[in-house]
Amino acid sequence: MTSTVTGAALAAVPAVDRRRARRRAGWRRRLTVLAFLSPWLAGFGVFFGYPLLMTGYLSFFHYDLLNPPRWVGLANYRYLFGQDAQIWPAVENTLIFIALSVPLQVLFAFGIAVLLTRAKAGVGVFRTIFYLPALVPPVAATLGFVYLLNPATGPVNTILSWLGVEGPLWFNDPAWSKPSLVMLSLWGIGNTMIIFLAAVLDVPRHLYESAELDGAGAWRRLRYVTLPTISPVILFAVVLGVIQGLQYFTQAFVAASVAAGQASQGGAVSTLELGYPEGSTLFYPVLLYYHGFRFFNMGYASAMAVLLLVVAFAVTTLIIRGTRRRVHYGTTA
Amino acid sequence: MRRRATVAIALLVIVLAATVGVVSSSASTERTTATTMTVWVGWSARELNEFKKVVAEYDAKNANVDIKVLGGINDDKIIAALRSGNAPDVVSSFTSSNVGIYCSSGGWIDLSPYLKKDNISTSIFPAATMYYTQYKGTRCALPLLADVYGFYYNKTLLRKAGLTRPPKTFAELTAYAKKLTTRKGDGTLDVVGFNPVFGFYQNGIGGYQPLVGAKYFDAAGKSSISSDPAWKTLLNWQKGLIDFYGYDKLVKWQTGAGDEFSASHAFERGKLAMMLDGEWRVAFIAAEHPELKYGTAPMPVAKKSQYGAGYINGTIIGIPKAGKNRDEAWKLVKYLTTNDHALARFSNGIRNVPSTRSSTKSKELKPDPNFATFGKLFVNPKSSTIPITVIGADHLQTFQNFIAKWQAGKVKDLQAGLAEVDKQIDAKLRQAGGAGNDVP
Repeated sequence: MTSTVTGAALAAVPAVDRRRARRRAGWRRRLTVLAFLSPWLAGFGVFFGYPLLMTGYLSFFHYDLLNPPRWVGLANYRYLFGQDAQIWPAVENTLIFIALSVPLQVLFAFGIAVLLTRAKAGVGVFRTIFYLPALVPPVAATLGFVYLLNPATGPVNTILSWLGVEGPLWFNDPAWSKPSLVMLSLWGIGNTMIIFLAAVLDVPRHLYESAELDGAGAWRRLRYVTLPTISPVILFAVVLGVIQGLQYFTQAFVAASVAAGQASQGGAVSTLELGYPEGSTLFYPVLLYYHGFRFFNMGYASAMAVLLLVVAFAVTTLIIRGTRRRVHYGTTA
Repeated sequence: MRRRATVAIALLVIVLAATVGVVSSSASTERTTATTMTVWVGWSARELNEFKKVVAEYDAKNANVDIKVLGGINDDKIIAALRSGNAPDVVSSFTSSNVGIYCSSGGWIDLSPYLKKDNISTSIFPAATMYYTQYKGTRCALPLLADVYGFYYNKTLLRKAGLTRPPKTFAELTAYAKKLTTRKGDGTLDVVGFNPVFGFYQNGIGGYQPLVGAKYFDAAGKSSISSDPAWKTLLNWQKGLIDFYGYDKLVKWQTGAGDEFSASHAFERGKLAMMLDGEWRVAFIAAEHPELKYGTAPMPVAKKSQYGAGYINGTIIGIPKAGKNRDEAWKLVKYLTTNDHALARFSNGIRNVPSTRSSTKSKELKPDPNFATFGKLFVNPKSSTIPITVIGADHLQTFQNFIAKWQAGKVKDLQAGLAEVDKQIDAKLRQAGGAGNDVP
């Protein structure tokens, strides 16, 4: 009995040591991986994780950036959902913009990409021309559009007047301000266009050849070959477009300020309404910016940011789930 | 004897050398121990240079300080500096509506003990400037020149229309505006008599409030825009004149009216006959269109008793809590804000109104009847400013949002609309945990 126990114990010692050695090796591997990951982890933690946590935390406080945050519980959320009269117009503006711009951006980018694949000559030149606007900084592009579409002095309305057409007030008319911004967003579609171009060029030739043999015309080839094959890219463009639409700020802010032609009056108090003209360019992020950095209501701005995050996450999930059956990830070997 | 003389000379030489050494060493100590101070201001370009000249004069008289001025500073940068604890010694802001946050947080220190120590009475400043440099009794700022709003009119255009003096009432202003307006063959506006659209150039709520003597808040701290008939008087007058032009026609004309801060400004080009603007326009016209024949006067008013009143606001200056040389900083702030010579010199440089009562009468001020109008408006007891609240300028923004719809003809029931504005402002104040207070 004794000898058996002793024998088992003797046999167990190296087994324990081996387990320990394996555990140590496992930790060493994990530490090595962590060491390699650490620059990214540090960046993620400092520039994303911490701000995200602080945003959630501050959404329960009244915080003016200088005085210590004051606990208000759910008051910011109650005000957000029940009392802030500007929230729903801002949400409505944002949704209208997304509904107008995302389908048009996808169609426009896809259309240009298809045209570029058909061009016989000068493909490189056209590709560059269509991509170039994407390189223009958003502020400069917006200033350019406001100048072009100036109702009194802009070249667009001048040309329209030569044709006997009275041009609209564009950025100065609440009915035209969002379509004008959509036009601006279509002009800068280069990045999406390049992704579509790569996807269209990546559609296997033999699929088209098979479809042709089956008597499929151009429309059917597009409908049954191209679109299913590039459907993941379309989904990507839609999700990206929606998220960018939810965060739409720079162009709306600059266009409103410049089109109004006025900055502020004595005491740096703006004489303009939010979202000139008549609140039509007051998008959700613009309102968030005003609360956080103009009215120093950072607690409330944080609550707005939390809602924006939740909505962006929910909408993205819905789009991905809703299109699961229509998006083809299968390989075509 | 000879030996004594030698000793005496040697002693004298030693004493002289020691004295010179002490003097030179003290001088060099003074040079090396001069306190370096940093001043942040919002001005840039030409205006910044004028400010630097005033500071340089102070610097030259005070060898114990070495002042560095940094221009182009906005409130975002000021707040970031206050939060980081790495703030300048002296800081100024164009956004007086932010004084609430600077005073209540202690980010800018209370200047009352310094004023008391140096026996400076705040009565040397007009009441409106005293209001926008404090919050709930904490005076953390002082005014550094002021912006005052008045009436500009084109003398040539008025004379051509047979008008010999500027209008004094809203009714006269409307009649003048109609007479001075001209249209092109296609019906679009060519010269506009007076553009009352809020958001155009300097047309804002603050600029018109003193003309009707309206109240923003009641005694209980609640928004009183719908209950004060003066606001309705203002808005009805404004809409009436807009309807004369046609809102869309006026907006189209505005888009070609020229940039506000350039030589293409509509008034400077003779495309706008009359306007509300700040005193700085005098300097702009002198620089950009010296040939323009124009005059200045108080803005026409709704009630004759209000004539001579104008909107006042301006730059505020203070000492950040994190500043390292508070006593020296205070001496500089005191010089810049209370010394008549400094104020007059700076006023001449950038043509803003000097901000003490005595400096408005300074003989150093460059004589200019058009500019002098604003000095009189500045000291008028009915001149006013905007209320400082816990929500900054959000209450004005809320009102402005409504006015944008009103002037475009999208509001059917003015009273109900104004009541909704009150409701929104009160909700914002509640959300921020405060109440409104009117300018005393």
